[in-house]
Amino acid sequence: MTVTIRLFAVARQRVGAPEIRVDLPEPATVGDLRRAAGEQYPELALLLPAMMVAVENEYVGDAVAVAEGSEIALIPPVSGGSAAFATPPAGTQ
Amino acid sequence: MIAITDQPIDHAAVTDRVRSTRAGAVCTFLGTTREFTGGRTTNHLDYEAYPGMAERTLEDLEAQARQRWDLIEVAVVHRVGRVELGEISVVVAVSSPHRVAAFEACQWLMDTIKQVVPIWKKEIWADGTEEWVHPGLGPESGQAGP
Repeated sequence: MTVTIRLFAVARQRVGAPEIRVDLPEPATVGDLRRAAGEQYPELALLLPAMMVAVENEYVGDAVAVAEGSEIALIPPVSGGSAAFATPPAGTQ
Repeated sequence: MIAITDQPIDHAAVTDRVRSTRAGAVCTFLGTTREFTGGRTTNHLDYEAYPGMAERTLEDLEAQARQRWDLIEVAVVHRVGRVELGEISVVVAVSSPHRVAAFEACQWLMDTIKQVVPIWKKEIWADGTEEWVHPGLGPESGQAGP
């Protein structure tokens, strides 16, 4: 299946578009989506570990299933920073 | 009351929305655009929201605050787009019968908004360079650290 993923802030800037389309095997989880997005859009690969994924306007974990037609977005860390976001890769601030 | 606007925010009007004869305390927080950050000079800020999810997340935070504290009214208004120096980017106003709840809820709401609501800010520095502010994204992600 092909899903559309909305991008914001630095992710949108990196790709140069407000959304991307990513091909996924079926069935697929949010974790699969992260891997596929990084492979198909290498400019996002370094950002992905620090981004949250939202499906239908809610933050979801990597084990959640992805359905075709869902509203999916990659959420870069917001301006206050938070433990709610994934721990940044080792070596970053 | 939750709102996201690309227009200047009338903070007095937001405060008035939460005032009540049942309230013994009204607490309003304003987030404003700071000129100097770590030795650099800001020209202006540019805020971007994820429309729909930003409002929905704010409404969820209002509901959580109402569960935790005895609140009468809650109002959160966040600006998007270009915000000049000294202008207000966010207003959080709460009313409560007693001041402790008003202070605590106002601080919790503002701190949590900055952690979980999908609204991002871009610094446009006085030297003309631009930088999205994403804590946790360090040099290895190709983004200058905060």
